[in-house]
Amino acid sequence: MVVSTPRLAVEDLSYGYPGHLVGHDISFRVGAGEVLCVLGRNGEGKSTLFKTILGLLAPRAGVVRVDGELTAGWSARRRALTFGYVPQSGGGAFPFTVAELVLMGRTAHRGPFSAPSGADRRVADEAIETLGIEHLAQREWLRISGGERQLALVARALAQETRILVLDEPTASLDFGNQVRVLDAVRSLAETHGLTVLLSTHHPEQAFACADRVAVLAGRELLRIGPPAEVITSETLRTCYAVEVAVLPVADDRYRVCVPRSYLS
Amino acid sequence: MLILGLLLATAISLGPYRLGPGDLLAFLMAKATGGASPLSAAAEAVILQIRLPRVLSATAVGAALAASGAAYQSLFRNPLVSPDILGVSAGAAFGAVIGIFLSLPVLAIEAASFAGGLTAVIIVYAIATAIRGRDAVLVLVLAGVVIGALFGAGVGLLKYLADPYNQLPAITFWLLGSLAAANLRDLTNLLPAVAIGLMLLALLRWRIDVMTLGEEEAAALGVNTRALRVAVIAGATLMTSAAVAASGIIGWVGLVVPHLARLVVGPAFARLLPVSVLFGAAYLLGVDTVARTIGNVELPLGVLTAALGTPVFLWLLAFSRRPAWS
Repeated sequence: MVVSTPRLAVEDLSYGYPGHLVGHDISFRVGAGEVLCVLGRNGEGKSTLFKTILGLLAPRAGVVRVDGELTAGWSARRRALTFGYVPQSGGGAFPFTVAELVLMGRTAHRGPFSAPSGADRRVADEAIETLGIEHLAQREWLRISGGERQLALVARALAQETRILVLDEPTASLDFGNQVRVLDAVRSLAETHGLTVLLSTHHPEQAFACADRVAVLAGRELLRIGPPAEVITSETLRTCYAVEVAVLPVADDRYRVCVPRSYLS
Repeated sequence: MLILGLLLATAISLGPYRLGPGDLLAFLMAKATGGASPLSAAAEAVILQIRLPRVLSATAVGAALAASGAAYQSLFRNPLVSPDILGVSAGAAFGAVIGIFLSLPVLAIEAASFAGGLTAVIIVYAIATAIRGRDAVLVLVLAGVVIGALFGAGVGLLKYLADPYNQLPAITFWLLGSLAAANLRDLTNLLPAVAIGLMLLALLRWRIDVMTLGEEEAAALGVNTRALRVAVIAGATLMTSAAVAASGIIGWVGLVVPHLARLVVGPAFARLLPVSVLFGAAYLLGVDTVARTIGNVELPLGVLTAALGTPVFLWLLAFSRRPAWS
């Protein structure tokens, strides 16, 4: 059997800040076009893990590989050409337009002194179209809603034209409709663009909606990783969140819902 | 640009020695064609030795302060910071006063001013990064105020020690902010520093936009944030220091002008920089012209800009339509 090189490999990774280890000895692999959903309670270090993978934080131990190549020592530019990043609350506090902000996704594709080219603008426009937010393009960043901002940040990451997309709680603080829109967008990007996607969430159910596999962080370690149907069980959720949850199939088990048992009694 | 040109012409003609627009045109024609000037030798001297250095200095200082203010605001992600609030002006003033105190040549005064300004901004930034877990902007501004006060105390000490008949009046007058002593030699020190600073900021304009997103996000978008921060701070501080060395402390220009420019053309540095430069140049030229023509005694420039800047700043603070500043 030929084992192909995984797009992203995290090997024995320990991460955290000086004097404070957030997680240790975490290993997993994600293939091309695969969506991995990361679950874990507050403070379990999902953001820290992502930042370490992105190279924004130096690993305390272990390595990250992309297509077999070690990422240690990569320049910021090389990382930005490999990973598209959607931070939890990005975009800054200056009143740029959405189009200007998405165009910033092209930064790594040109030298430090050069202005965006026509090609850069085309790629940014296409990303805006792909996310279906053309109507927001000329709106001011500070004047659009949280959901609209999240879609714009996904568009910016898409404009980076990377192989891997990392989204840190992209649906946090979004209303229900926007949560669905963001997740649908992510799912379809993985399918149409062959993007490898890492996203974290506080809603285990969302893994059934968009993920190929789920990783659960608990007690500073990787508790479980696998297909949503195998990993998201009452038992895992009890260990992870310390609540009793029923995981119930709906629509001939094409989807499962997670209902706290206290709601059912 | 046209308005700035007209302002320049007006500023050159105004003053104790009146010059009409006709005189200026004739002077320009003569210079352009190489022919004999119809103006008296006295008029030519006024234009070349006094007015021209003065208005060019005002223009360059205004442009430099506004441009560096715009750069600091983008870099520190806060529309409320400026060379004076970050302590750069006080640091540069301290350096320059040391230079005056030691009777150093002009170029050395400028270098001391640059060193002082750079030291101040580095200390302020180091404090702001070291103190985590609080409102970052508040820490930055307070650190700037405190460090500015410390350098101010240093200036006070030097004034106390200075020779009261020669140095003290020079230091005091200069600290109030004035272009009265502007001459061609100062100008040859000021203009290159401003040009280098402006060039650097103009080249980095697209990267500076990305820096407004914050360190991590900018790094994730492929910016070498450390190198960029160093380059922008060096460029902006070079301009501020050169301006301070040439004219003393002229407050508020670096705060209010880029802020107004941002309200007009938005935050993108590619537009913000030229508009700030134009506004700043025109503003300081106008204020300086008023300062030297309003009465028999010339008003200190810094006094006038503070009197104008304070209400504008308070108005911005109270009525700005963008509360999400921090």
